[in-house]
Formats: sequence, C-alpha cells, structure tokens
Amino acid sequence: MRIARYIAFRLLGVVIVLLVVTAITYVIFYLLPSNPAQLSCGKPCTPENLARAKEYLGLNLPWYGQLWEFLKGIVVGRSFGAGTGTIVCSAPCLGYSFQLSTPVTELILTHFPVTASIAVGAAVLWLVTGVLGGTIAAVRRGKGADKAIMTVAIAGVSAPAYLVGMLLILLFGFRLGWLPTGGYEPLTEDPVGWFLHLILPWCALAFISAAVYARLTRGELLEQFGQDYVRTARAKGLTERVVVVRHGLRNALIPVVTIFGLDLGTLLGGAVITERVFSMQGIGSLLITAIGTLDLQVVVGVTLFSAILIAVANVIVDIVYGIIDPRVRAA
Amino acid sequence: MNVWNHLRRDPWALAGIVVVLVFVLAAIFAPLITGINGQNPYSYHLGALDSNGSPKGFGGGISWQHWFGVEPLTGRDLFSIVVYGGRVSITVGVLATVIAVALGVLVGITAGYFGGWYDRIASRVVDVMLGFPSLIFMISLTAIVAASFPRPVLMVLIIGFFGWPAVARVVRGQVLSLRQRTYVVASQAMGAGSAHVLWRQLLPNVGSTIIVYATILIPAMIGTEAALSFLGVGVPPPTPSWGRTIGNAVAWFSTDPAYLLFPGGALFFITLAFNAFGDGLRDALDPRVNRRRSRRRQSATTTEAATTRAAG
Repeated sequence: MRIARYIAFRLLGVVIVLLVVTAITYVIFYLLPSNPAQLSCGKPCTPENLARAKEYLGLNLPWYGQLWEFLKGIVVGRSFGAGTGTIVCSAPCLGYSFQLSTPVTELILTHFPVTASIAVGAAVLWLVTGVLGGTIAAVRRGKGADKAIMTVAIAGVSAPAYLVGMLLILLFGFRLGWLPTGGYEPLTEDPVGWFLHLILPWCALAFISAAVYARLTRGELLEQFGQDYVRTARAKGLTERVVVVRHGLRNALIPVVTIFGLDLGTLLGGAVITERVFSMQGIGSLLITAIGTLDLQVVVGVTLFSAILIAVANVIVDIVYGIIDPRVRAA
Repeated sequence: MNVWNHLRRDPWALAGIVVVLVFVLAAIFAPLITGINGQNPYSYHLGALDSNGSPKGFGGGISWQHWFGVEPLTGRDLFSIVVYGGRVSITVGVLATVIAVALGVLVGITAGYFGGWYDRIASRVVDVMLGFPSLIFMISLTAIVAASFPRPVLMVLIIGFFGWPAVARVVRGQVLSLRQRTYVVASQAMGAGSAHVLWRQLLPNVGSTIIVYATILIPAMIGTEAALSFLGVGVPPPTPSWGRTIGNAVAWFSTDPAYLLFPGGALFFITLAFNAFGDGLRDALDPRVNRRRSRRRQSATTTEAATTRAAG
C-alpha cells in the first residue's frame, strides 16, 4: 500500500509542476512580447495568417482567458475559425503553425523519433559504460585500468558533444569510411541503417556523461567497500563477484540514479546539439528552423513538450528510485 | 591553512591556472597579439582561397601570415578569430557565473536560514529547474527578445539565470548545518538581526564553497555559450565566437579539419584548465582534505556531475 501512496503523491506533484511550468511558459512567450501574433505568423507573414494568428491566440480575451484557452487546448483540444475554414487542433494541442498549416503536436510527433533514438541509445550506452568503467576502476583501484579510466574521465568532462561528434565523423566517417557521416533512417523501415546511422551520435553524446558516471560509480563503490556490511559479506565467504555486484553496486547505484534523473534535461539538450552535427531532422532542427522563420507557435510547442517529457520521465525515475531504495518511500 | 601552499603542490591545478591566465591575457591583448602580423578577425583575404572557397595550401592555409590558416569562403584570419573569440567566451562565462552565483547564494542562504514554507518552495523550484531541459528553453528565449537587444548581454542574462539552482542547493545545504553552530546561536541570543547573521556570520563561512563553485561553473557557462552559438542562436556575426566558428565548420571539416580543430581545441583546453584548477582549489580550500581526501572528492563529484555540464 505504501508504494501505491508514494506513486500517487509523485503523480499529483508532477501535475502541479506541469501546470505551473505551462503557465510560466505561456506568460513568458505569449504575454510578455508586445506582438505575439506577429511572432506566431512566421516569415514571410501574410495578412491572412496574421488575422488567423490573432484570432487563435484570442488576443481580445484578458490574459487569464488566453491562458485558460491554451491549457484547455492541451487537455481537450481546441478548434477555431468557422465553416469550411475551421481548423481543428486536437488534444494535446500545443499550438498551431500558421506557416506550415499544421498543428504543432503533429510536427513534434514526426520529428521526435529521431531525437528519442539519439537520446535513449546514448543514455543506455553512457549508463552501461559509465557503471562498468567505474566498477572496473574501483575493483582495480590504483592499477593501470583505474588510472586510464580516470584520465579519460577528466578529459571527457571537458569535451563538448559536438566536438567529439565531429572528430568521430572525421575518423570513422571520412577517413576510414566505416560508418555514415550523417542522416537518419527510420527504425521501422530499415533497422540496420537506423543502427548504423546512430552509432556515432550515441558515442558522441554518451562520451562525456559516461566519463562522469564512471567517476561517480567508482567513488560510490569505494565508499561502499569501506562499510562494515561489505566486510561481513566477505567474512561470510561470499565470492568477490557477489560482494561487488549484489552488495556494493546495489547501494552505489542509488546516487547514480539520482544524478541520472537530473541529467535527463541535459540529455535532451545534448540530443538537440548532436542532431545538428549529424544533420538529422529531430525536434532540435524543428526548433532552430522555427526560430529562423519566426514561428513562435512551434517554438513554444517544442519547449513545452520537452518540459512535459522531462517532468514525466523524472517521475518514472523517482518511482524506480522508490523501488530500489525503500528509505525514499518513507520520506 | 595556506591555500597557495596547497595549490603549489598540485601540478594539475597549477597547469590549469597557467592555461587560464594565458587565455585571459590573450583575450585582453587580442589586438596587440594579432597585430604582430597585421591581422584582424574581420578583413577578408579572398586571395588565400581557391575557386571553391576552400583555403589554399596545407592545414587550411597555414602560412607565415595566417598562423592557423584562414576561414573558408571569407579568408578571414583564423588565428585572429580564435584569439578574439576568447573575449566573448570568457566575458560571457564569467559574467553569467556572477549572476548565477549571486542569485544562487541569495536564494540558498535565505532558504537555509529561514526554512519553513519559503524553503520548501525554493527547494522545489531548485529541484524542478535542475532537471529542466534548460538548453531548449534558452534557445527558445532567443526567439522572443527584440533583435535590437544586444545578444552578448542576452547570453549573459539567460545563461546566468539558468545556472543559479545548483549554487542555491549547495549553499542551502551548508547553511542548514551552519545555523546550528554555537557562534550563530550565540549571536542570535545576543539579539543580532537576521540581516546581521546572514551577512556577517553565514556568508563568510560559505565563501570558500562559493569560490570553488564559481570556478567550476565558469567552464560550464563557457560551454553553454559555445553550444548556443554553435546552434546559431548565440553571438551573431561578425563578432568572433568559438562556438559559431565550430558550427560553421560542420559544413567544411571533411575537407578543412583545421577550421574545426583550432577553435575546438581552444574551447577544450580552456574548459579542461578551468576544471583542473577548480578541482585543485576545492582540495586546497577543504580543511578535511588530508584526512578524507577520497571521500570528499566523491561527494563533490556528485554535485559537480549535475552542474558542470550545462550543455552537452
């Protein structure tokens, strides 16, 4: 029962956070600028689109009315205009691009698989290599492997993902010709091509974080190895592997999970940068293009989408955390 | 304890501070340094390019006139661009850090000291902001600010604003333990007001934490500026910027790797140098460092992991 209560509390918390974040985003992007309709209209802006943007934003309403319409659009969808010209933006409606004549949610959904492919694969790669590298370094403390891993980790922390990515393209793409230098193949159409196109982006994005996680895992593991319960486990005659994995690693991973939750936002930002290096059309390229063409609807949609995504992902991490570590539930 | 004595025995930290000083001096004296060869980052040298716009000759056109070669399409001197680019990176990095630290200390110290509902709200905001996709928010914010607003100032404000939660969290944690100390309790008992306790008792005692944090934040801020400029929403041309040059290099680096390697190397080395110095400073300012060196390093890494990579 306690775990159910814990999950319920977390979900309630995230709903409040999402409401506040959405409201703040709306205020910043639609209420502060002097002419949000002009910014939503795009470049070039036709008078017809400008009129539609004004109507859509509900500029005749007071600010709380506009916010209410916007929130309602996200939950139940909205439509505007009349007769044959009616535009329907079904829930979750994050805005409507007058320039592309497409609901923003639809634009995001077509671009998101690219970004998600980069982000999820990179996260798996960095967690696995980071935890593995840190464990090896901790078990072989002071030996060559430890020093090598820690040196790479220090250098890795200082190398931005796009720099690593471009060096990887230079070496494996142009020089050796082993892997594609950019682009994206949908997973559903060409799984092998999908994988081949993503190897370098994954490595580029995972490099820094793998380094940080290796440092973190090593430190936490060494701390656990100094604890009495590890000595007891060894004294009981358990094999070294069981001591390291079941006793040491299980406790050492708790702070790693915490940091991972905090890093999800950075991960998404990193994926956006990586897209640009590998000329992939994900939500990052959608956002940057929208800024270039002054399509505020898309800009706000992408921003809100990423905020919602991260908030929800954080709740999932929190719940996993509560399952791994019973102490969290009690708090 | 003498901080300098400690730092002197840490070769990584020493190398770090030397490299940082070299970059800072190069940025300050950029006109003098590039003037040795009569170069500047703005003049076009179309004669140094072939008909495709690629630099002629070895290593992106490295020559006695152009030490790092020239930029494709324009023929501008790459050495000058890299030297002048340090001005934007370092200025934005330092000023954004000042804003982040000022806000972070203000929120952290008051939240830790006053506690109650104010602390609960502040901590919740910090939690949410720490996990936030701030880079995407920063990119989006550049869209609604009027084009007439100076972009470097905008970079400082935006990057600085998103940097404060990490500082606030650390400062709050320290203040929570400090406010139980006898000297704080004593001065409260003697009738000292909140302002006195915050300003005269608590602030000086979180000073070393703030200094260490600021040192680690600067490279993160430099990296964020470079990332925004790389994506084309940062410092606009023709102001030289490492990030923007690296972004331009995406189209050229297969044929002209030097165009990527020089600004990229500058960005990498200044970040590494600041990180090495920050690590050393942390060890030097931590009184427990000799007894529990490895332990401190780890717990510091935990917080650092969340802050030092503001962007990819």
